[in-house]
Amino acid sequence: MISHDDILAWVRRFAAVVTENKTYLTDLDSAIGDADHGINMDRGFSAVVDKLDGLADPDVGAALKTVGTTLISKVGGASGPLYGMFFMQMGGAVLGKEALTLEEFATAFEAGLGGVLRIGKAEPGDKTMVDALIPARDALRAAIADGASVGDALARMARGAEEGMLATVPLVARKGRASYLGERSAGHQDPGATSTHLLLRSAAEVWVGR
Amino acid sequence: MKKLINSPDTVVDDALIGVVAAHGDLVRVIEPNVVVRADAPKAGKVGVLSGGGSGHEPMHGGFVGMGMLDAACPGAVFTSPVPDQMLAATKAVDGGAGVLHIVKNYTGDIMNFELAAEMARAEGIEVTSVVIADDVAVKDSLYTAGRRGVGGTVLAEKIVGAAAEAGADLATVTALCQKVQDNVRSMGMALTSCTVPAAGKPTFELGDDEMEIGVGIHGEPGRTRMKITSAAEITSMLATPIIDDLPFVAGDKVLAFVNGMGGTPLIELYVVFAELKKILDGRGITIARNLVGNYITSLEMAGCSITLLRLDDELTKYWDAPVLTPALRWGL
Repeated sequence: MISHDDILAWVRRFAAVVTENKTYLTDLDSAIGDADHGINMDRGFSAVVDKLDGLADPDVGAALKTVGTTLISKVGGASGPLYGMFFMQMGGAVLGKEALTLEEFATAFEAGLGGVLRIGKAEPGDKTMVDALIPARDALRAAIADGASVGDALARMARGAEEGMLATVPLVARKGRASYLGERSAGHQDPGATSTHLLLRSAAEVWVGR
Repeated sequence: MKKLINSPDTVVDDALIGVVAAHGDLVRVIEPNVVVRADAPKAGKVGVLSGGGSGHEPMHGGFVGMGMLDAACPGAVFTSPVPDQMLAATKAVDGGAGVLHIVKNYTGDIMNFELAAEMARAEGIEVTSVVIADDVAVKDSLYTAGRRGVGGTVLAEKIVGAAAEAGADLATVTALCQKVQDNVRSMGMALTSCTVPAAGKPTFELGDDEMEIGVGIHGEPGRTRMKITSAAEITSMLATPIIDDLPFVAGDKVLAFVNGMGGTPLIELYVVFAELKKILDGRGITIARNLVGNYITSLEMAGCSITLLRLDDELTKYWDAPVLTPALRWGL
């Protein structure tokens, strides 16, 4: 089972990873975007961590929704609504639960992906965070079908995200500021797919061996 | 980085304090960081609001006041504001006749305004949105985020604000904004980069003898990078794609807007305006109205943009209507 504390540990771990990678994400964004991805993500997740400290409700869904609404309220840009909708829809799918089975986590992940697709309107291959989320979702589903443990399933999910992230390098962007570059966007790794990989890798790291 | 700031983290808040200190008769600032017209809401009047990343001053906050915007939502520098700001602004300016959101076409702005409009509608406020996408430097296709919203936004805010002031209803104001969008085209160029305070280093690198033609207002890359040449040639490189895109044709009356990016002196903008006049005269296009100055900037970037709006009697009437805001005021 994935507990309320596990979820909070994941989000806190990711917040720390974002701070460590703030310059890296911003540098990736300056190559094909507007050089603010690391700055915005760090501002948002710092606000999220402040919010988590006061969270007493044991409801996992409510905690995830709080993460989402905080991001939407604090980040702005494109990453605020995108990551905000991911966490909000994840939370909405498991509202009222105090712990999640792996299957329930996958259901929440699917709902989060749905939120990202609805607000961002990106399709696979557009060179966005969706290109990391979809292979991660597929890897997670395959791991569950294989009867993997929580730790193994999340590790496979993170590897799926990493492969998807690396596969964005040759793509020509069709969404977001990078699309203004057209062919010149090829050869650069997408910053959104990169932060998504860091998010899912953080889950795998926190829940390793489970 | 050399800037007149206390800290990159507080630059937007510090500037808003200054705006209220200087223009408290026209605007006030409400939580969470919304510039609102001092006398809003006005019963029965359509509310007109816009917003976007900071760093483009005087747009949008400098255009709040009588005859223009009812509210503006400034985000972090070059970062879209958040839905909470647009929702608070929408509520603050709703006089019962509905609210128009003027949105520049950037991915983040579109998403945040969309979420805000959903939230406002859920609270019973009628909201419409018009997206301004006038930058001809960007190919408008299914394979891009579409054209960027640039100089046309300033003209839309003035014209639409005047119509709302005159008592036009939400449907009319919305259609008028779309009409501006359908008749306006822009293109910009940079001589130097801008530096986002939180980033601390120039957004892009340009050689001492280079310029970027087609640059965006956040330093986005343009169509070509090349050696700098004369104002006459540069003006032609901006004006020709604009004229050919709409297209503007002989007999058209236009509003010609030469805008500074923030780091270019007015004397150079007038040199560009003189060249633009020659080009338009040569094409049989009449400059019926004009605007020259720094109105939609990109921090300290040196460079300019040109915007042309095809005018008819309705657009001209609302352009000429009185306006009283921190950055634009006439007819009073």
